[in-house]
Amino acid sequence: MIDTEDHPLLRAQALTKWYGRQLGCHDISFDLYPGEVMAVVGESGSGKTTLLQLLSAQLAPTAGRVLYRMRDGIMRDLASVGEAERRFLFRTDWGYVHQEPALGLRIAVSGGANVGERLMAVGWRHYGRIRGAAKDWFDRVEIASDRIDDPPATYSGGMRQRLQIARNLVTNPRLVFMDEPTGGLDVSVQARLLDLIRGLVGELRLAAIIVTHDLAVARMLSHRIIVMKDGAAVESGLTDQVLEDPREPYTQLLVSSILPA
Amino acid sequence: MYALDVINVRKSFTLHLQGGLHLPVVAGVSFAARPGECVALVGPSGCGKSSILKMIFGGYRCDGGRILIRDGDRIADIATASPRAIIGIRQRAMSYVSQFLRAVPRVAAIDVVAQALDHAVPDQARASAAFLLRRLNIPERLTTVPPATFSGGEQQRVNIARGFLPDRPVLLLDEPTASLDSENRDVVIDLIAEKKRRGVAVVAIIHDSKVRDAVADQIVDVASFAAA
Repeated sequence: MIDTEDHPLLRAQALTKWYGRQLGCHDISFDLYPGEVMAVVGESGSGKTTLLQLLSAQLAPTAGRVLYRMRDGIMRDLASVGEAERRFLFRTDWGYVHQEPALGLRIAVSGGANVGERLMAVGWRHYGRIRGAAKDWFDRVEIASDRIDDPPATYSGGMRQRLQIARNLVTNPRLVFMDEPTGGLDVSVQARLLDLIRGLVGELRLAAIIVTHDLAVARMLSHRIIVMKDGAAVESGLTDQVLEDPREPYTQLLVSSILPA
Repeated sequence: MYALDVINVRKSFTLHLQGGLHLPVVAGVSFAARPGECVALVGPSGCGKSSILKMIFGGYRCDGGRILIRDGDRIADIATASPRAIIGIRQRAMSYVSQFLRAVPRVAAIDVVAQALDHAVPDQARASAAFLLRRLNIPERLTTVPPATFSGGEQQRVNIARGFLPDRPVLLLDEPTASLDSENRDVVIDLIAEKKRRGVAVVAIIHDSKVRDAVADQIVDVASFAAA
């Protein structure tokens, strides 16, 4: 085990966000370690997406802060990271998988270019190598490589989502944010995608923060869970602890609302 | 020196959806297992046997007491360990065979089993998984199929293979032979005996008296821990 695994990759400290008089989220704190997958669960309006945007520095917190361990090993407050550096993080060290693939993809250029673009952004120039890496990622996310020159507009919903994942992972990020990655997909397509995400996250030792309202997704992918309600974290712990031995009334309600398989 | 030492553990549930109904499960749970020893938990259904196993594995939280487990040259207390610490202790020190197989859809049986070896070379892990599945009489043609469509007994054997594949100091078994025929039950008896010979401490819920007589060194009556 490498040394950095004993240090958090990301620390959220008392994160609070108000939109005027409307509360986004309140007093959220946790540490995320390399290779750890954390699920943020709760219903719509509970503050999950606000939290994800705060953690990924897309929103500025009203109070509290997010610390991130940069590749040089130094822990930095994201509020003090400049715009250029923040964009560099987004292009290299982070991935962000949107629920709606169109938000995370360039729909008019080819699938291969969507993957290659991220590599070019970090300085890759050799066309053959970029195309080779894109092909490799098409295989890994199970998209037939003869679709590499087609634009994602011609892909199915499940393929687009897999392409978005390839585009995000091609630069070897250490942390991936996912906002309802399986939302809006058919159940059979969901299962395949979940299986793929689970395999890649394990194989690449990625840290991930996954926002989902689907407890089955959280159970399958995450090590730990934070349950949110009305902007607050009402319960957190190991995934099997929270789902099998929920303590808080709201968590018990959520867990008891799942239809048995 | 114990591999596992359970000291005065207590568990209850508060059911908020039932008006805050308080359900005491067990209290004063104390027993210990040495390396190579098998402790059988017995008692009527609903007395808290599975809850005790889940507390040892860290899936249920304890209301009180200590669960000390040998983790390399340290002693860890599962009852108070952080989620991150529990994940590490599980990977190094514990295997758990639950009552029912829960597996990711679409993953072949052989990979469900092989994935239990977190850091192994994939080919070696699959070879070991194939060997164990063969011993448990899972036909080879089934090993490439996801276990969702398997019979209850076949699923249980996949689950057993997954739990037995890693060699960790503590092995927790929740009715491992409940849906097995006598031939496969005997295989499981042999597998438990081999684990014991390798110094693994086993805590098992076993209803079948033949299995219990064959493997148990210590019987712990969970009914005696009934919470008031």
